[in-house]
Amino acid sequence: MEKVISITTPVTTSQVRELRAGDNVLISGYIYTGRDAAHKRLVELVEAGKELPIDLDGQFIYYVGPSPAKPGYVIGSAGPTTSYRMNPYTPTLLKLGLKGMIGKGSLSPEVVEAMKEHGAVYFGAVGGAAALISKSIKKVEVVCYEDLGAEAIHKFYVENFPATVVIDAEGNNLYETEPLKYRLP
Amino acid sequence: MRKIKAEVIKDKVRDLFLQASSFIGDDLYNKLKERYEAEESPVGKSVLRQIIENNDIAAREQLAICQDTGMAVLFIELGQEVMIVDGDLNEAINQGVREAYVGGYLRKSIVDDPIFERKNTQDNTPAVTYIDIVPGDQVKITVTAKGFGSENMSRIKMLRPADGVAGVRDFVIQTAVEAGPNPCPPIIVGVGVGGTMEKAAMLSKKALLRRVGEHNANPNYAKLEAEILDEINKSGIGPAGLGGRTTALAVNIEYFPTHIAGLPVAVNICCHASRHAEIII
Repeated sequence: MEKVISITTPVTTSQVRELRAGDNVLISGYIYTGRDAAHKRLVELVEAGKELPIDLDGQFIYYVGPSPAKPGYVIGSAGPTTSYRMNPYTPTLLKLGLKGMIGKGSLSPEVVEAMKEHGAVYFGAVGGAAALISKSIKKVEVVCYEDLGAEAIHKFYVENFPATVVIDAEGNNLYETEPLKYRLP
Repeated sequence: MRKIKAEVIKDKVRDLFLQASSFIGDDLYNKLKERYEAEESPVGKSVLRQIIENNDIAAREQLAICQDTGMAVLFIELGQEVMIVDGDLNEAINQGVREAYVGGYLRKSIVDDPIFERKNTQDNTPAVTYIDIVPGDQVKITVTAKGFGSENMSRIKMLRPADGVAGVRDFVIQTAVEAGPNPCPPIIVGVGVGGTMEKAAMLSKKALLRRVGEHNANPNYAKLEAEILDEINKSGIGPAGLGGRTTALAVNIEYFPTHIAGLPVAVNICCHASRHAEIII
């Protein structure tokens, strides 16, 4: 078995710069959630020179809009959503100290450049493994933008949330390197 | 005339969405197991294992397979000797969707005005419904809860007749390969060829609802399906886009006669969690 690295949030830039594309990680601690609509609001605040409702320094954002919790559950299914939709907003948040994003699918070259500049990584979680992933989410609270429903910014307390470093802080990208190993003529 | 109460339709629609959201079909489940055994990439194998484990958990605990419980799409074949009584058919369909999504802890993902307001309708309605009037006194309802990670990777193109088989093949392969890791591979590829622009698009959605492993009855189309599937899997994209031999699980083509001047092709992509269910009343 390959080694698995445990990470606890918040993290430092040097911790993040040590991670390499291909590393399997288990994330514990608090992580924030955010999707399209919440990102739009955060960036509008930054552009207006106003303070954000959350401190992103050293934190990870998980791109997810969970389904509602059944009685007896802390959360419903909660797998990653497609990350490229957040591309227009991500560099602004990286400038504020965001250290990692958890999602699925490609990021734009602009986002990868900003990750290299500020020291941040992109974690891939398995899209569609939403019931399985929900088992690692232990506590859930809505932090802000409750009116957005599933798209509100939540704070999750996670234990051993499984993910893979897909793009590291040097710009190494599994989505570019790995398919080449299995490509046939 | 056979009378069917609108309430019966409502109840069936609700039950079908609840079933589809937690229980992946045995066709897809078995295909995933088969690909798990065959996958050469260790990471790809691990991803397929997580997908299978997720499907097991969802079925056992009746949880949503994916948090994106989709937009509700229905294909209804309504026998012409059937009369829907005691209510409005469209309202019965939407009420069934509402009860499934609100009562079944499914995510409400529909916004009313797509450009300006984008306000959540809070009950996942309205559904997208296609009704075909057919002979007989039965009603066949097929539903799919269509996730948008994969819907967003879909494309349509009006090819020239001169583009022919190669043009269709290349466009489908290009659409699937350029989608890369975004639509949650391994994917199902639905292709609609012919008709008009919207007919091709509708057929591509319908193609996704075919059982995995079944092929078009026309041998020319069945051969093209196999050829395109093989080419997509040569891309190396693999499960979750992290490399491997399993990028697509099926390519399903549906076709319709078209105009002498045209060759419309629509490609509708679905993730590995292709959630659909059907019933005949």
